[in-house]
Amino acid sequence: MDKVLMKGNEAIAEAAIRANCKHFFGYPITPQSEISAYMAKKMPKIGGTFMQAESEVAAINMVYGAAGAGVRVMTSSSSPGISLKAEGISYIAGADLPCVIINIVRGGPGLGGIQPAQSDYFQATKGGGHGDYRLIVLAPSSIQEIVDCTTNAFDLADKYRMPVMILGDGMIGQMMEPISFPDNVDTKEIEKPWATTGTQMKRKKNVVNSLYIDPKELEDLVVARYKKYDEIEKTEVKFETENIDDADIVLVAYGTTARIATAAMRMARAEGIKVGLIRPITLWPFPKDIIAETAKKCKCMISVEMSMGQMIEDIKIAANGACPVEFYGRTGGMVPAPAEILNKIKEVM
Amino acid sequence: METVFKKPHALADVPFHYCPGCTHGIIHRLVAEVIDELGIEGKTVGVAPVGCAVFAYNYFNCDMQEAAHGRAPAVATGIKRANPENIVFTYQGDGDLAAIGTAETVHSAARSENITVIFVNNAIYGMTGGQMAPTSLVGQVTQTSPYGRKVEAQGYPIRISEMLSTLEGPSFISRCAVDSVKHINECKAAIKKAFQNQIDKKGFSLVEVLSTCPTNWGLSPVEALDWLRDNMIPHYPLGVYKDIDKEGGKDGE
Ligand SMILES: Cc1ncc(C[n+]2csc(CCOP(=O)(O)OP(=O)(O)O)c2C)c(N)n1
Ligand code: SF4
Ligand SMILES: [Mg+2]
Repeated sequence: MDKVLMKGNEAIAEAAIRANCKHFFGYPITPQSEISAYMAKKMPKIGGTFMQAESEVAAINMVYGAAGAGVRVMTSSSSPGISLKAEGISYIAGADLPCVIINIVRGGPGLGGIQPAQSDYFQATKGGGHGDYRLIVLAPSSIQEIVDCTTNAFDLADKYRMPVMILGDGMIGQMMEPISFPDNVDTKEIEKPWATTGTQMKRKKNVVNSLYIDPKELEDLVVARYKKYDEIEKTEVKFETENIDDADIVLVAYGTTARIATAAMRMARAEGIKVGLIRPITLWPFPKDIIAETAKKCKCMISVEMSMGQMIEDIKIAANGACPVEFYGRTGGMVPAPAEILNKIKEVM
Repeated sequence: METVFKKPHALADVPFHYCPGCTHGIIHRLVAEVIDELGIEGKTVGVAPVGCAVFAYNYFNCDMQEAAHGRAPAVATGIKRANPENIVFTYQGDGDLAAIGTAETVHSAARSENITVIFVNNAIYGMTGGQMAPTSLVGQVTQTSPYGRKVEAQGYPIRISEMLSTLEGPSFISRCAVDSVKHINECKAAIKKAFQNQIDKKGFSLVEVLSTCPTNWGLSPVEALDWLRDNMIPHYPLGVYKDIDKEGGKDGE
């Protein structure tokens, strides 16, 4: 396992290929274009498909077709492009298709900016497209973790037959860190007997579809899908904690912001202020149990985000009034400095 | 006794939901006959549109995917790129293909995506109750052009076959109709060629089929056939608009 120096975006692309994703459909947008560029270089050499589609709308529907045809498939974009993909993501969820979607978030709303942000948390974790559905949302905070999350994303997508999103931000996409790829990727490709690969006149036809005219039939299907979601909430939650046992103040932060919050926590500890950190790795399923437990022990939680406060709503629901939940955030592409977070810590003390 | 007429194998044994006299059914049958004759049912994957033909996934016996409105060519692209040995076709209406899905149509044609597109032009949005389509004729009365389509307000109908034939990508583009036995036979031949081109890896082909919507045109099935002949064909001339085999330009592999 040699170390290589790689940008986050390139690491996503390489990890996807190593997870046997041979089909990629994208459309250029900053700050994720390195993913497409990497795929464009690599895919032809391994007999895979790289396609620059005519739009994000087309790209996500190509993903739908390829996922329905049974192959591992990925698309990537950044905020405005993900809005365009929302229709397709809803159809993919409604047809129970596995795929991986990358959102390297930039400031919004509208065309917004091109600097890092986390203001697509609601869109990622609460739907984005129409209808009752969920995405598994993974939020890596280092380039090495990007590699692990990407492999994991394909396995989760296949296992649960649903779309999985990796929610990064411009910082993690552009940042370079030394990483290593496992020699043998531990990836679990599974049979897809439901895929539309042609009947070969040997089996009944397969149909990939999300239309159900009979409301009872649709309700039953959605309810069954929610049973699956319940199972995921029980088994797939991932998070990390640091210093929470004796903490008076617990920061909750994910992705790039978690790294900055870690620095703020160290500064506070150096001054004798007991600060801890909870870092959700899965944003959905949200690590609500650890938040509920911790809220009973600490004096205050602070949600630190690069947004106007989106994850804070999930923290409040999980904390359920056991402690006050405060917020510190910057938005529009502004990245909070550790000292700003430290000031907030002192303010709530 | 000799069997002279039977249901094609590629067509499922279920009742169609189409209105009486609607020619969607004829076009389904032609596609199914061609799939049978080419012996490709086992490797064919169809893509159904959003429109009256949405339930096409119930009507063909091959594997099927149901696409979002207008996105069938993108979905077909994904299927074909995943498994190039499959024969992939889309079946789309004029709202689906020529309005909301225009970008997907033009770019799959420009890429010469090796798929077959069956384009059912009935000059109206059938499924949603008869609104103006991009192909509705000037003067045509619809639910959303109640005083007739006016060029000052709603512009002109799109001639998809002519438009796409200006691209280098397509291998075969033909416009047919299903208003008479002669035209139906020509239509079947065009559909067969459009599938054969895909088998021969020649790239994108599209057959535009002028079709009736008696329900939303407010006509009887027979009057609808007359209306198609008298109004649609003059505006949408039948014929082959592109055939790389006849151009000597781009060669099939
Ligand atoms: C995104 C979206 N917009 C609108 C609709 C509603 N809708 C369903 S079918 C249709 C028009 C279909 O017309 P056409 O493609 O001409 O097919 P036809 O019914 O005439 O065969 C529309 C607008 C939809 N299902 N999805
Ligand atoms: S509404 Fe028109 S196009 Fe649709 S099934 Fe009825 S006649 Fe056919
Ligand atoms: Mg129509």
